[in-house]
Amino acid sequence: MNFWVIQGLNGLAFGSLLFILASGFSLIFGLMRIVNLSHGAYFMLGAYVGISAMAAGASFWTAILIGGIAIGALGAVIERLILRRLTGQPLAQVLVTLGIAFIIADACVWIWTGDPRPVPMPRELAGAFRVHQLAFPIYRLFVIGIAFALAAALWFLLERTRLGAMIRAGVDDLNMARAIGIRTSVLFPVVFCLGSALAGAGGVLAGPILSVYPGLDTDMLPLALVVVILGGVGSLLGAFVGSLIIGFIYSYGQALFPDLAYMILFLPMVLVLTLRPTGLFGRQAI
Amino acid sequence: MRRIGALFSTTFLIGWALVSAAEAAEPLKVGFMTVRSGALAAGGRQMEEGLQLCVDAHKGEMAGRKIQIITADTAGQPAVTKTKAQELVERDGAQILIGPLAAFEALAIDDYIRQTKTPIISPSAAAEDLTQRKPNPWFVRAVGTSAQAHHALGEYAAKELKYKRIVIIADDFAFGHELSAGFQRTFEQNGGKVIQKLWSPLNAAEYGTYITQIDPTADAVFAGFAGGNGIKFLGEYKNYGMQKPVLGAMTTVDEGILKRMGDEALGVISAGWYSAAIDTPANKKFVEAVRKAYNADPGYYTVGAYMACEFLNNALEQVKGDISDKAAFMKALRSVNMPESPYGQVKLDQYGQPILDITIRKVEKKDGKLQNTVIKTYPAVSQFWTYGPDEFLKSPVYSRDWTPAK
Repeated sequence: MNFWVIQGLNGLAFGSLLFILASGFSLIFGLMRIVNLSHGAYFMLGAYVGISAMAAGASFWTAILIGGIAIGALGAVIERLILRRLTGQPLAQVLVTLGIAFIIADACVWIWTGDPRPVPMPRELAGAFRVHQLAFPIYRLFVIGIAFALAAALWFLLERTRLGAMIRAGVDDLNMARAIGIRTSVLFPVVFCLGSALAGAGGVLAGPILSVYPGLDTDMLPLALVVVILGGVGSLLGAFVGSLIIGFIYSYGQALFPDLAYMILFLPMVLVLTLRPTGLFGRQAI
Repeated sequence: MRRIGALFSTTFLIGWALVSAAEAAEPLKVGFMTVRSGALAAGGRQMEEGLQLCVDAHKGEMAGRKIQIITADTAGQPAVTKTKAQELVERDGAQILIGPLAAFEALAIDDYIRQTKTPIISPSAAAEDLTQRKPNPWFVRAVGTSAQAHHALGEYAAKELKYKRIVIIADDFAFGHELSAGFQRTFEQNGGKVIQKLWSPLNAAEYGTYITQIDPTADAVFAGFAGGNGIKFLGEYKNYGMQKPVLGAMTTVDEGILKRMGDEALGVISAGWYSAAIDTPANKKFVEAVRKAYNADPGYYTVGAYMACEFLNNALEQVKGDISDKAAFMKALRSVNMPESPYGQVKLDQYGQPILDITIRKVEKKDGKLQNTVIKTYPAVSQFWTYGPDEFLKSPVYSRDWTPAK
């Protein structure tokens, strides 16, 4: 009993982390059809920026904000200067974003050295929450809360605002959206900036659990890919459900079948794609 | 005709003398394989610092010969390591190699070293069998094997800490398997029992899943981590409200990452052939030099590379800087003998593996800074512990499943 509860909570917390990572990736992928392979690097860079902000005296909460804004701005610049020129060339986009990921990774080693860094968490969230025999870190409960709040906020943005309606229209049929006068030249940078900002802020938020080190980017990127492909391209609900599924599989799987740690993560993706090539909540690409 | 012959031979002789004089003045080319990118970059940078410190201390000259270091970045990837080793030897003309960082990198170039007969000194890579069941005649290690220090820790945990039941959690790769098995062997021989072994992937995203599986009846947890994983593990261990004492591998609380840790590291007991806190004149001098140059305490990688370079110096002095006779040079490398070094006294066994003083260390706070305080020293520990080479080599190589938890 205890085992299922605690591993369930572990899975929920890890799934929440994954959603924070994957939501931005999914937004960009869904609307712009860009497989942004630098998303993991944005996540790592955000965490490093957050550390430096905290070292300079900012609080944890301010550091999240700074990480988000900094990476959002970087994303906007990259979209404006590079990706815009590559519209409609998916291979070139993949290659360029991969290159950007390498550049960011090397720059991080250069600036912050290769030392792994722990990210300090706010004092009020340190320690464990205890019920009977159960002990669970308060910070992880907080991360679960944040992920659900973020899911709600993104849902509101997409379903209840004008910007959301434009994004949805673009995801469903980009050409038709253009034809009815939606200015994608404005929409794309906004979405890319928002997705990047989510990665940057998510990096700081995940820091106290994952810590930051060279290689964090390449550790996390495949997880974002699995989540988005499992959930379905362009579906926020898909990213959310996909994250939780992967979180639970990760947690129960590693505990029950420790020797299959990696296979367990990718097997469900293979199964889902065999049965539903567009993912759990994906729509037919147009 | 005879005069012409004499003329020729004189010219030849003069020419030859000029060439060999030029050769003697030519620097000795040392190929250095380090890691500047990717997950192992921190250790690679510390290796470079350690090596540079030693080269500077000798003013770039050993046994009257200039030393030229040619550095290559292997990215910590075995395939790249192999290419870089080839480039260093064939393109850059390196006559001797220092490196690489990781055990699997060393294994990747093992064959190439044998083929080209290039002497190599390992400043870090610890894989047991390179100096045991499959000894490479061109390979000498300047650090301990994976298990060398952890044999001592196993005995210490059972005999002095009186632990009976321990859970092992370690990185799921060769280094983690080997050091855990060494610990388990001596711990169980002294009446303890390893009741559970948890292997986490080297790039595990987080340790919550593993920490929550730790058997509540254990007396202590042995954490065998490399790279930055120690930081992640100890931080999460505390956040989960775990109270059991932690024993660590040498690298779990290495000075290289200890400086980034907080109170969660306090009290962790580990074993190693080095601690920045070893109180000898030779080490104090070394630590001072590192602090002055790099504003940090030396750890596993710094001292390993420094010592690899000192090994080179020691061997070069024995052969008076002439390494044209490779066999003689290897013999000199294997008879390196340093009565004083940051490690203490160092001698090599016949397999090219140093016999080292092993210290039991405890993380304490001194002057507001964490350090590995030395609480006990096991003098002159061989890679075979107390078993004797023949008996030791008969047992299977330490691995993931040797031996299982009970």
